[in-house]
Amino acid sequence: MNIENIHFSKEELSRYDRHIIIPDFGFEAQKKLKAAKVFVVGSGGLGSPSLLYLAAAGVGTIGIIDFDVVDDSNLQRQVLFGVNEIGQLKVEAAKKRLEALNPHITIKIYNEQLSSKNALDILKDYDVVADGTDNFPTRYLVNDACVLLGKPNVFGSIFQFEGQVSVFNYRDKNGVLGPNYRDLYPAPPPPGLVPSCAEGGVLGVLPGIIGSLQALEVIKVITGVGEPLSGRFYIFDALNFESRTFKIKRNPANPLNGEHPTINELIDYEQFCGVKAVEKSIKEITSKELYDLQVHGEDIQIIDVREPHEYQIANIGGELIPLATISANADKIDRNKKVIVHCKMGGRSAKAIHELEDKFGFTNLYNLKGGILGWIDEVQPELKKY
Amino acid sequence: MATIIIPTPLRKFTNNSARVNINGNNVKGVVDELTLNYPDLKKHLLDEQGNIRSFINLFVGDEDIRNLQQDQTPIKEETVISIVPAIAGGMF
Repeated sequence: MNIENIHFSKEELSRYDRHIIIPDFGFEAQKKLKAAKVFVVGSGGLGSPSLLYLAAAGVGTIGIIDFDVVDDSNLQRQVLFGVNEIGQLKVEAAKKRLEALNPHITIKIYNEQLSSKNALDILKDYDVVADGTDNFPTRYLVNDACVLLGKPNVFGSIFQFEGQVSVFNYRDKNGVLGPNYRDLYPAPPPPGLVPSCAEGGVLGVLPGIIGSLQALEVIKVITGVGEPLSGRFYIFDALNFESRTFKIKRNPANPLNGEHPTINELIDYEQFCGVKAVEKSIKEITSKELYDLQVHGEDIQIIDVREPHEYQIANIGGELIPLATISANADKIDRNKKVIVHCKMGGRSAKAIHELEDKFGFTNLYNLKGGILGWIDEVQPELKKY
Repeated sequence: MATIIIPTPLRKFTNNSARVNINGNNVKGVVDELTLNYPDLKKHLLDEQGNIRSFINLFVGDEDIRNLQQDQTPIKEETVISIVPAIAGGMF
């Protein structure tokens, strides 16, 4: 990193004073921050605190990718956004907030989904990547792209009360390369075994803690100050307030950069994680199609597989059979007419349909695409979103 | 007796116990005993062939069992085993 041509204005010097006066940090580390380009994947629970601290710290160029809009259910943990930003593109709202926080830095935004098609092209311009995504396909995509491009990947992940942090694919001062995500987890869980945050929930402050730790590690990787969390895997249990740090190593069988690499380009990560197979094999119905069926008076049954407290917030008149009890209540589900199964967003209802088809041979089940949230958007906006 | 630390996502299968004490001579023995006591854990920890799943890591102390003797890693009275599953939350 060339920092000879990095200069600070009077305002910047005053702003970064508390960094510059740390003896082990100083002017040089602050210059490195200003010269650095950091790419943050996702501006949600983890991305919010990372971005705020990285911008405040004076990272010169920050790239943000997200394809979502701000929703009121985000505000419990996504501290970049407030009530005024609801409905705005996340990347645009984030840019505005971060530029207001620090006008001396450049924010580049990408309002799209990171994919095998665009990842290498986007990431190649950055020095460090911070991964704050919420799903396994993107985790493996970010990991593989970083390994193929030789970029350090500051990993943070959360679920309910548990957080994980590590620095992957980091080359130390002696040129020794550390492990990456595939060394630790060669393959993802099959869909259905581990619930996503949308189903399992997350305590709002936990991504605040883990995302802040990611920002810390990004700053260490850029400046060379301290020992980055490479070759180590940190986990935090917020319930018991216990944290542990494990030693991790490279795996000779790693298909990306082990002894006999077999992956030398980005692959289809949805297929790798088994996501596509799930989506393909069940029948779907859109909210509009369901509405048409109702308008035409067709005899159908609607099954709602959410929890009772969700049903209380908003429902479309379906029969409530929570996912965990679906098999025990299979006899309540009609076999002769169209049966529409729905949940909040479509994940749990897909699981319910799989379970019913596999165990009981149902052939008349349709998954409501986008769940009740999709229904509210398209048909009944007066219902309460959550 | 070895102590096994159960990660928060799997505690619903251990009656919300964060730590479970289990007898066994090696990691495999302890995991077999654990899944006998808590049968619902089994499909989350082991595949159909009884091998530890690729998205589950087991650490004895702070060492990955892959860098020790895999599931044959010996266990002592004071050994602490951590189960660390892959989790992917963050954005939504």
